[in-house]
Amino acid sequence: MMTTQVPRRPWLQRWHVKPIGWTLVILILLVASSRMTGVDVGMFFNNLGQFTDLLVRMSQPAWDYLPVILHPLYETIQMAILGTTIGATFAVPFAVLAASNLVHNRWLRGIIRLMLDLVRTLPDLLLAAIFVAIFGIGSTAGVVTLAIFSFGMVSKLFYEVIETIDMGPLEALESVGANKLTIIWYAVLPQIMNQFVSYFLYTLEFNVRASTVLGYLGAGGIGVFLQRSLNEFNYSQTAVIILATLVVVMAIDGISNHLRRVLL
Amino acid sequence: MQTTISKKPATLTLWRRWNWLLWIAIVAVIYTWAITGLHFTGLQESAASVSRSIVHGLVQPDWPYVYNGSGEDLVSLILQTLAIAFLGTIISSLISVPFAFWAARGGKEWLHVRSGSGKVVLTLIRTFPEIVLAIMFIKAVGPGSYAGVLAVSIHSIGMLGKLFSEAIENMDRGADEAITSAGGNSAQIFMLATLPTIMPEFISYTLYRFEIAVRSASILGMVGAGGIGTPMIFAIQTRNWPRVGIILLGIVLMVLLIDTLSEQLRKRLI
Amino acid sequence: MDKTPIISFKNVNKVYDNGTVGLKNINFEIPQGEFLVVVGLSGAGKSTLLRTINRMHEITSGEIRVEGESIKAYKGRSLRLLRRKIGMIFQNFNLVKRSSVAKNVLSGRVSYYATWQSILGLFSATDKQKAVQALQRVSLAEKLYARADELSGGQQQRVAIARTLMQDPKIILADEPIASLDPLTTKTVMDILKRLNQEDGITVIVNLHSVALAREYADRIVGLRAGEVVYDEPIADVTEADLNRVYQTV
Ligand SMILES: Nc1ncnc2c1ncn2[C@@H]1O[C@H](COP(=O)(O)OP(=O)(O)OP(=O)(O)O)[C@@H](O)[C@H]1O
Ligand SMILES: [Mg+2]
Repeated sequence: MMTTQVPRRPWLQRWHVKPIGWTLVILILLVASSRMTGVDVGMFFNNLGQFTDLLVRMSQPAWDYLPVILHPLYETIQMAILGTTIGATFAVPFAVLAASNLVHNRWLRGIIRLMLDLVRTLPDLLLAAIFVAIFGIGSTAGVVTLAIFSFGMVSKLFYEVIETIDMGPLEALESVGANKLTIIWYAVLPQIMNQFVSYFLYTLEFNVRASTVLGYLGAGGIGVFLQRSLNEFNYSQTAVIILATLVVVMAIDGISNHLRRVLL
Repeated sequence: MQTTISKKPATLTLWRRWNWLLWIAIVAVIYTWAITGLHFTGLQESAASVSRSIVHGLVQPDWPYVYNGSGEDLVSLILQTLAIAFLGTIISSLISVPFAFWAARGGKEWLHVRSGSGKVVLTLIRTFPEIVLAIMFIKAVGPGSYAGVLAVSIHSIGMLGKLFSEAIENMDRGADEAITSAGGNSAQIFMLATLPTIMPEFISYTLYRFEIAVRSASILGMVGAGGIGTPMIFAIQTRNWPRVGIILLGIVLMVLLIDTLSEQLRKRLI
Repeated sequence: MDKTPIISFKNVNKVYDNGTVGLKNINFEIPQGEFLVVVGLSGAGKSTLLRTINRMHEITSGEIRVEGESIKAYKGRSLRLLRRKIGMIFQNFNLVKRSSVAKNVLSGRVSYYATWQSILGLFSATDKQKAVQALQRVSLAEKLYARADELSGGQQQRVAIARTLMQDPKIILADEPIASLDPLTTKTVMDILKRLNQEDGITVIVNLHSVALAREYADRIVGLRAGEVVYDEPIADVTEADLNRVYQTV
């Protein structure tokens, strides 16, 4: 029987350089982070009394508060619907320009993508704070925030979908000399419509969650009441708000999940 | 083109042909409700001038704030933000593992009671607003980044637990089978087959969640839970736009850097 | 010479939870050192048959004996000891793809170690040497430190065989070991199994789809159809017409 040569163990493996290296890096980062943030396990347990007191009060929801928050809850959903729609509408042309199979100009594509990347770096609450400063307290700031946020999210999802389409019908139209818009309308849109709607619904779910806290900074919806109850230490009201939000979010998730399953 | 041969009753085809009208009606009702329900009263006349000052602040940021050695400058607070996100994500990833095995659907479970309850718990955690968590933890440990770490740790379980459990559900059980047939006990199967198979995916999801945690950590400060959010909200409220400009710049750069790094690492993992 | 068969089936039936009949009244014996090939259509119950031998599947009634002992009552440690002497090879290799070949091969030896030793990877120097030898037997020693997913399908299956050798098995069960391989690597893998059978006296039971391969390697061929043994002959008596009968649809 033929025996083969046994290789020498590479020194990287012999001394476990990679696992030890990564463990060290993570340990150092952990120590540095806990110093920087002043994490102190003891402190948590010292103040446990206050924390449990809060939990106890939250576990006794003030149900009579429910009628008060129904309208702001609707407002939250309305904000999410409008914001997502505006954002998604603006996202379509940008997604087309960012798709590498439709736009062959590298520079144009690069610039558009960089812009989209930049938009996506901004957290929603930060946008809300700025738009409240611009538009004042109210749902306008909320809608604009959600529109910009959805724009960033949807445009990326959309161009990734566009890049997966079948190029056949497109080339067929190109070969008969159809113009770009015709091509997009007849060869691109039919292929991606279902996925677009699916992602739109996904973003809507996400925005309903997000919009419940935007009001915390004054951008309309249920968040305004959340902030009020927390400021007044009225935790039994906070509990009602959170529970109601939960129900709404889960209902929307359920509907949207169902629709997406039907679509795909 | 009358080539369709339908064995279905005529009413059904009629319904098939016209149900899009119903959909359009539903969508129209929803949008009418959404648009008429909102009052765009918040619009103030100063909007234009405020926007102008913001743009002005953005192009002429408060450079000296970048670093002044006080520990309250941009660089220190960005580092603190990253520390909150890092610590929170690591803690959360550890707690998420048992949650994930709880919520992962097993083969011969009766009506999926175990996994179903796990999934509900994870959804509850995910839906509980992170800032409310932060405020609750501020009660427990006082304002500052410690509360931020706790908020990120708990909130992230909702998403990480879900992603992990899906990874477990979809994982290739082949290696488990091999160790079983070699006579391994359940601890050996878990440590020698399940864990090494699933680990790269767990790490990849943890990195992805870290990217999101960096964004949350940078706004948790707005409610007093440490990091760059605190000076940010303060600067907005005092209309210190050059300060807002430099902080925005800092956040954008931080997030871009972390996203790129994490994406590179994730690519190498798979 | 001891004449008791190494494996015997007696009135074995298997019905799956959903009512599917997996095995129906199986009766036959496998003598020590045989190279047995099981053939049959897809869904005939070949995998089921194989997996009942190391109790990866439970039978509904009847009795299976391995080395003269009924395996029914085994549990915990005794079940693991049964499995240890029965190596198993799978169609999809079932390696930990992102671990090294060395780790994969060593993992075949888990049952010889205490839990804490094996999970910390504390395998003895002797066993590491044994892993190298196992790989040499499948002519893959040069891949000792490669990652499993860097190897071709045939190479991965050879690693899986080396892993099985670490158990010091008396029996090897191979469930369509070559189904995802090309003809050339198929021959390599089958040759290795044949050699283990002839040189080490390991009893080998292989599920195959290909009749040609079965005739080339088997000492004896068993045909299954719808969970029943419909054919059982030593290779000398096997004719083409017989085998066609096995592949008849019901
Ligand atoms: N876990 C299970 N639950 C229910 N029925 C099963 C299960 N596993 C297999 N079966 C059924 O038992 C029968 C025998 O399956 P088995 O996998 O043993 O066939 P096979 O001969 O190995 O087929 P193949 O060549 O496709 O691997 C099939 O009808 C199959 O559908
Ligand atoms: Mg099979």
